[in-house]
Amino acid sequence: MVPSERRHAVNNDQRQRLDPYVDQYATRAKTMQASEIRALFAVAARPEVVSLAGGMPYITALPLDAVGELAGQLVTDRGSIALQYGSGQGDPGLRERICEVMALEGIRAHPDEVVVTVGSQQALDLITRIFIDPGDVVLAEAPSYVGALGTFGSYQASVVHVPMDDDGLIPEALEETITRLAAAGRRIKFLYSVPTFHNPAAVTLAAGRRARILDICRRSDLLLIEDNPYGLLGFDGEPQRALRADSAEGVVYLGTFSKTVAPGLRVGWALAPHGIRDKLVLAAESAVLCHSSLAQLMVREYLASQPWQQQVKLFCELYAERRDAMLDALRSSMPPGCRWTRPGGGFYVWLRLPGGLDAKAMLPRAISARVAYVPGTGFYADGSGREYLRLSYCYPEPARIREGVRRLAGVVEAEMELRATFGTWPADGSA
Amino acid sequence: MTTDHELGSRAAALGHVLVLAGGLSPEREVSLRSGDRVRDALREAGVDADAADADAALIPLLASDPPTAVFPAIHGYSGEDGAIREVLGLLGVPYVGSTADACRLAFDKPVAKTLVAAAGVATPESITLPRETFHDLGAGAVLERIVARLKLPLFVKPARGGSALGAAPVRSADELPAAMISCFAYGDTALVERFVQGAEVAVSVIDLGDGPRPLPAVEIVPAGGWFDYAARYTAGTTEYYAPARLPEASARAVAAAAVTAHRALGLRDLSRSDLIVAPSGEVYFLEANVAPGMTDTSTLPMALEAAGHDFGVLCRDLLLAAAARGG
Repeated sequence: MVPSERRHAVNNDQRQRLDPYVDQYATRAKTMQASEIRALFAVAARPEVVSLAGGMPYITALPLDAVGELAGQLVTDRGSIALQYGSGQGDPGLRERICEVMALEGIRAHPDEVVVTVGSQQALDLITRIFIDPGDVVLAEAPSYVGALGTFGSYQASVVHVPMDDDGLIPEALEETITRLAAAGRRIKFLYSVPTFHNPAAVTLAAGRRARILDICRRSDLLLIEDNPYGLLGFDGEPQRALRADSAEGVVYLGTFSKTVAPGLRVGWALAPHGIRDKLVLAAESAVLCHSSLAQLMVREYLASQPWQQQVKLFCELYAERRDAMLDALRSSMPPGCRWTRPGGGFYVWLRLPGGLDAKAMLPRAISARVAYVPGTGFYADGSGREYLRLSYCYPEPARIREGVRRLAGVVEAEMELRATFGTWPADGSA
Repeated sequence: MTTDHELGSRAAALGHVLVLAGGLSPEREVSLRSGDRVRDALREAGVDADAADADAALIPLLASDPPTAVFPAIHGYSGEDGAIREVLGLLGVPYVGSTADACRLAFDKPVAKTLVAAAGVATPESITLPRETFHDLGAGAVLERIVARLKLPLFVKPARGGSALGAAPVRSADELPAAMISCFAYGDTALVERFVQGAEVAVSVIDLGDGPRPLPAVEIVPAGGWFDYAARYTAGTTEYYAPARLPEASARAVAAAAVTAHRALGLRDLSRSDLIVAPSGEVYFLEANVAPGMTDTSTLPMALEAAGHDFGVLCRDLLLAAAARGG
């Protein structure tokens, strides 16, 4: 069946270019490649695996019947608006509701300052698009949200990390970094921060530090991007006061309904000073023309007709129970040397492995043991964070969380043994 | 000459077939892509084909709606280690490809190397050791002996598994511990090979009942120098030459080596051998695959195209042969 005359010719016509456009891609697309980690996550999505990886809200707890009825009614009664193009800035009625939501965190804002986006991820993209030229510096906490780092990378920003501790971003470290970069002639465009229930570090910027961080930014003419997806998902007491509540001109605030309502609607927003707002609207129009009218009106009607704050409270109770299940399981089963955060809200626990263990190298073993997590390196732009991993407790039931942590503990123990076996050779750097 | 009518009749005679893809090995994503491609190609060839995962729903599905034959496109564990084929045999469902017994031999790289070497094909000198040996005897002492015996550079890979997962070249001694740890994340036994420099080629073998025949060798030239997971599955990061840019004698030698490996391992229907052609012209066998990748960046479909064959028609004919053979 093999035509032998075709088999052994030696010329470049034999070359198979599986992607004929490979030489034409932009520089920013060069890093977009298949990866082992993505391949492993394909297995993690299977029900046999306890996934402590993705931060998926527990949508099952929503009043789905009511949401369905609301959606049906919207199309039946107001389909000519809901299924039509809308404005680039977003539905005015929804923007009013967004201001009411932000008021819970102490923000006083006008709907005209709000731009509705496709999740807050698009707001991040638009902000980066209007501010970043290749090589410009973005400051971000160490670690930082992986989706933000991906966006910054795609615009060829140079991300410089600023350390955190248990009280969040360290003001002295921020000042030192700004001074150092200024001395080196580097241009910093903004500071990106998740100050409340941080993803992935699970810490919250202490009240006493908030004014200092704002003051440093003010003195340095540094714009602060406050990304606050988890602000209303605290387990104790009232919501934290947002940074934007105390700095209307120096902060762009990013919010989302992905955690308080549903991520499938893809409704987020940016609250920005007027000059930036104008640019964001133009950038949004060039990106998507306008956001989904149907999704916006669904959120607007949901906020108007459903007891949404009670629903958020219910989410918080549910997530707090799962956090407790995870912390109890970690305490009782993880080997000595592991350290982890105790989140007061949000979705994640940030865990540090002992003895030079590499969470990314360990992931295949974890998948074989039917448990998944996110390795820490994805949350650092500089390749560090190998000893960290992020665990999510928002989606699995408490019993699954306990089982997942039990499996993970076994994986860590096996990895520690392996590391101990190979860790000291060759002693002098050569065989 | 075969008419469209005859082709249509052959497809119709086949009835309903099932492509198995997915599984729970780290190669799940690759397998899903292979499975989709095989199913789509079969449908284009007029075959009534569906795809299914290898999970708890599979056996009830095979029992309630038995397909004429199954095309396993599951890579790695369960797909290539014989497990899923053992189950298909248990259920009496005809399937394309090697028997469970042959899969067990081919999937274990050290075993396959031994058998293929015994049949006269060279294979890089290697050491195979389980994790416990390093733990019990001391990694330093064992690694030192390995480096002394095989000499740098080396190639470390899990004894079982594919898609280069857990595999890495080792150029200096201080890279060896990390390579061993990465390897043991994918399996409990490591194969450490002497690194053989040369042209990397993949030779697929097809047997439609008239004996194993080689397809044109496909030469693999990864842009980054080594054919890792990203280089395998990101279109454009690796250049392929089909047929390979080999002198006539070498092309004949790699074709013969792949057929020898196919026979020595007792393989059936289709296989792919990964080989190195050293500058001296000597051909080295690295490993054989019983469920070769069928993705848009895989070498078997490229080889078929280079030979002027239709991918869907080949899949159909393999299924026809399996159905005729029975379960």
